[in-house]
Amino acid sequence: MTLFKRSAQELQAAIHNGELTIVELTKEAFARIEKLDDSVKAFLTLNKEAALTQAEEMDKVPMAERGPLFGLPIGIKDNIVTEGIETTCASKMLEGFMPIYDATVMEKIKAAGMIIIGKINMDEFAMGSSNENSAFKTTTNPWNSAHVPGGSSGGSAAAVAAGEVPFALGSDTGGSIRQPAAYCGVVGMKPTYGRVSRSGLVAFASSLDQIGPITNNVADNAALLEVIAGLDAKDSTSANVEVAKYTEALTNDIKGLRVAVPKEFLGEGVGEAAKKSVEEAIEVLKSLGATVEEVSLPHSKYALAAYYILSSSEASSNLSRFDGIRYGYRTENAKNLLELYTKSRAEGFGDEVKLRIMLGTYSLSAGSYDAYYKKAQQVRTLIKEDYDKVFENFDVIIGPTTPTPAFKIGENVDDPLTMYANDILTIPMNLAGVPAISIPCGFEAGLPLGLQIIGKHFDEATIYRTAHAFEQATAFHKQKPQMWEGN
Amino acid sequence: MTKLTTEEVKHVATLARLAITEEEAEKFAEQLGKITGYVEQLSELDTTNVEPTTHVLPLVNVMRKDVAEKGLDRDKMLLNVKEHEDGQVKVPAIMD
Repeated sequence: MTLFKRSAQELQAAIHNGELTIVELTKEAFARIEKLDDSVKAFLTLNKEAALTQAEEMDKVPMAERGPLFGLPIGIKDNIVTEGIETTCASKMLEGFMPIYDATVMEKIKAAGMIIIGKINMDEFAMGSSNENSAFKTTTNPWNSAHVPGGSSGGSAAAVAAGEVPFALGSDTGGSIRQPAAYCGVVGMKPTYGRVSRSGLVAFASSLDQIGPITNNVADNAALLEVIAGLDAKDSTSANVEVAKYTEALTNDIKGLRVAVPKEFLGEGVGEAAKKSVEEAIEVLKSLGATVEEVSLPHSKYALAAYYILSSSEASSNLSRFDGIRYGYRTENAKNLLELYTKSRAEGFGDEVKLRIMLGTYSLSAGSYDAYYKKAQQVRTLIKEDYDKVFENFDVIIGPTTPTPAFKIGENVDDPLTMYANDILTIPMNLAGVPAISIPCGFEAGLPLGLQIIGKHFDEATIYRTAHAFEQATAFHKQKPQMWEGN
Repeated sequence: MTKLTTEEVKHVATLARLAITEEEAEKFAEQLGKITGYVEQLSELDTTNVEPTTHVLPLVNVMRKDVAEKGLDRDKMLLNVKEHEDGQVKVPAIMD
């Protein structure tokens, strides 16, 4: 059984009493990756030499100077820039790109003493929900390699679920942390918009993107968010709101907690197993002293349409920086500047990325702007108001994270709308900017299902308290894929 | 409004600085037609007098002090540039 079965707290205890060293822990990550990653295909780049050197140095640091995540291994989604470690966004456009500075979250992770194991696969430029849009390889689901891990942070969720690393960072624009966390049976948090600095996150849709932690359990997740959250002068949309002590919120006491269940989240298209797992979760929360009531978020059904206009519009603008000149892929033999742009972009971007750039450009173009872009922004207001209204009377909202467990690799991909439907339970939270977590809550045909807990702006603490109480009262998080057995 | 012609698609591709083939133009016309058809449902909603939301935080004009700060190192910045000369980025002819 891998060392990463233990929580951060248990690993620290083992390090402190001399049972384990940071070098051994780091070697364990690379040994797991060597053994499993030919099948899981989560990692794009390994940082082996530097990580082992760093680990040796870390082992010399006095115990008293170490924080709660000191010396623990972490994998990083490949759209977060890492100085001196190739960062590709799983795109041919950025193959070989070597960042010359660290994202703010990387500075914070390094300051906390975490060991960077490597960069993790994703859907190209975070556009997709299966990891099949990676230009390099398709990550598989550790529970069943015929199934997708979800996306776009599918590699991050799979790496944690496979026990290759106990911590990973993902990013979430329309469900890209929560959906793969649900599919892989791990814990994934999308923080409030503005909670974590986006400086150094390669932008997809700037008004929706958030970086967040993916872990094996709620306590580890809370500890990692505490490290990466906070105001940053390099991101003008990072919020000047104090970072709560999330780890201290895990009191196991949810007596009197007011829980809302939107009827739209258990409606048509949601599978029976997912419905049943949420209904059972409701009973667990009630037994712990919470009150549960049905509510309505009437504009939910419009979220997907608004999302595709807004996210694609922002993407078309953000991705205009890839022009073949200052960095990234450059075509051979362009006759003039215009051809350099159009050919570099045509050859460097994959199909899904091109489609979204086209949709966004169309939505923003003269004659379409009011009907598409502005309309979608107005609908966004209505969706946000739905949430504001419910949160006047409730502490958290719950529902399934996905309507079904992970689908098969190759399934659905021909029809964009079918793929998009997969995101329907996760998108409104990005539009409303509210924080939301996915935690394991059941299984269907051997594949995990996720419970989503949504909170008020900047109230991640209540989400963690609820998630932790549920986790302690159930055993879903203790079940691991077959590959955790043996050494 | 939902059906896009290949001519419209080619115009959008020019705006997006994407070279596309005739087959791609047809594929995009079909895919974009499907998506814009789906998006039509937004017109069911009356949004008269609804303010658009650009992002959810109540932030306006986040400024820093107007003091010069050291930027990125030029030699480092050129590391990812495919063609450069004397510290300058090289591009093909701008005018024919």
